[in-house]
Amino acid sequence: MIQEFKKVIKSYVIGMLWLLGLLWPMLGIHPDGTLTFQKTVTVWSYIVAGSFVCLLIYVMKNSGALDFVAKPLAGVSSNLKSASNTLPTWVWIVVILVAACLYPQFTNRYATDVAINVLLYICLGLGLNVVVGLAGMLDLGYIAFYGVGAYTYALLNTVYGVGFWFSLPACALTACIAGCIVGYPTLRMRGDYLAIVTLGFGEIIRLILNNWMSVTNGPNGILGIDRISWFRFVFEDGMTFEHMWVKKLQLFYYFALGLAVFTAIGVNRLNYSRVGRAWESIREDETAAELMGVNTFIYKLLAYAMGAVFAGLAGAFFAARMKFVSPESFTFLESAMVLCMVVLGGMGSIPGIILGVMALIALPEVFREFEAYRMLVFGATMIIMMLFRPAGLIPAKRMGTRSEEKEG
Amino acid sequence: MTQPILELKNIHSGYGSIKALKGVSIRVMPGEVVAIIGANGAGKSTTLMTICGIIAAEQGEVWYDGRMINKVSPEKLPTLGLCQVPEGRRIFPRLSVEENLILGAFYRNDTEAIAKDIQHAYEMFPILGERCNQEGGTLSGGEQQMLAIARALMTKPKVLLLDEPSLGLAPIIVQQIFDIIERINKEDGTTILLVEQNANLALQAAARGYVMETGEISLEDDADALLNNPKIREAYLGE
Repeated sequence: MIQEFKKVIKSYVIGMLWLLGLLWPMLGIHPDGTLTFQKTVTVWSYIVAGSFVCLLIYVMKNSGALDFVAKPLAGVSSNLKSASNTLPTWVWIVVILVAACLYPQFTNRYATDVAINVLLYICLGLGLNVVVGLAGMLDLGYIAFYGVGAYTYALLNTVYGVGFWFSLPACALTACIAGCIVGYPTLRMRGDYLAIVTLGFGEIIRLILNNWMSVTNGPNGILGIDRISWFRFVFEDGMTFEHMWVKKLQLFYYFALGLAVFTAIGVNRLNYSRVGRAWESIREDETAAELMGVNTFIYKLLAYAMGAVFAGLAGAFFAARMKFVSPESFTFLESAMVLCMVVLGGMGSIPGIILGVMALIALPEVFREFEAYRMLVFGATMIIMMLFRPAGLIPAKRMGTRSEEKEG
Repeated sequence: MTQPILELKNIHSGYGSIKALKGVSIRVMPGEVVAIIGANGAGKSTTLMTICGIIAAEQGEVWYDGRMINKVSPEKLPTLGLCQVPEGRRIFPRLSVEENLILGAFYRNDTEAIAKDIQHAYEMFPILGERCNQEGGTLSGGEQQMLAIARALMTKPKVLLLDEPSLGLAPIIVQQIFDIIERINKEDGTTILLVEQNANLALQAAARGYVMETGEISLEDDADALLNNPKIREAYLGE
């Protein structure tokens, strides 16, 4: 054990000194020019103490000193794993859906609000997954289509008075058209070049929203967008419809849940279809796919357009919920966040992305008190994740049914 | 006299300002095995990529089955019966063996026939049948080459273009691959255009051969004649 400890302690000390060097400029240099050390040392010593305990446990576990705890634990976890493997997938889906349906009944308004945010980002993440995870194109301007969807509903509603449900297909359509317009010239690029060009187009769309004063009202945004409305049968005097606004946040939550479920099913169906297979072949080797008869350009454009459609739908919900849209909601940082969710969760894996979204939306809410250090923790988490689970929280299972499953 | 199924007429092509092919003319008759041999950088792979339209020909015409295919986009060629096994295999590494084969049949929609052809591929390459659920990237080099050939056969080609099937493989595996190539030609009547650096093997398998040097065809003859040509023996067979 001492031997083990000696091996790691050197790099640990160097790492901690490096951290101190990083931490001090952030905490110790003040805007008025004064330099302090008190706060840095306090924070640093907390981190040192915490990580030292982790290190000790790690070393003890490796050298077998904790076997009396680790062994039963490993047994329990392997039992759990085999139990979860024997349960069919649909049981998990039902459990998660029931939990999602009951969630707003037991939580307050704030928690429901966060959950709605999670659901909208799930749609965005799954949509981006089509582009990044399946077709393998790095898209850094994805949030622009979210903006297109949101502005389409905002404009249709405030200018022409079109209701939410009639606007929804229009939002999908405009996002799709925007996707095709942006995709047509850009998808001739590959790899890094594609990423840069999509980044550029994403910014162009945001700048159009920002500067087209006569239509989008520029940076002031559009106010007074209607909520989602719905119709209810009223049986009192004959059969009539009653027009209702969805005012309760809970009800909106269920609509957002419906959208998320719709997106998950849609992406899942796409993944297992002939189109999904074509996308995966393009991701693996574009030239080989072309030689095998896959029209790579059309399928790449389709992936881009499909991703944009899901973003457009989510955008319409976003506008209906906020009742206000402005270009500030669609900056590059948002694109990067969605991309982080997809990568963190596991590219190509639907449950992974859902988990990734929850981690990146819900956790910062949980840690709201550490507001100032949020991005620090965020960055550290990403680094640790990529070191220990490079394929994501729940890596994608290979697509297609396997022959063992068919036999069994 | 029968028409050539594949004919290149004075093809020029290249990468930007680099001219890789300077007037290449090749004729392949139906049912034939033709080999193109040559050193590194002679333009052999470029020839195949130009046939498939991945690299556009700057000059000259490519004729296939009675029509000019210069302007036909690459993904249409498998539907016409022209398929290439690209250099370095280029299988889909994270898709399973079976999915690789299914993608070979991408343009076809006769599900039952596809299933049958997959079984046929497993009979031809038993090792692929054993590993049908394994990811393509985890196969050995020889198995990957077999997978690449099997995948191309799923397109039901009339003409199969093979780019360096022996690349980086052990001699015993190379022999297996060449036996299979011969079988494909004999059993299915598939025309084969073979590009190889291993001149000895290629000329033994082929009926005719072309020798390529710096973007031009320097010699064209029957394979046996090439094998006995003292210049060829010196330059490519290491004697």
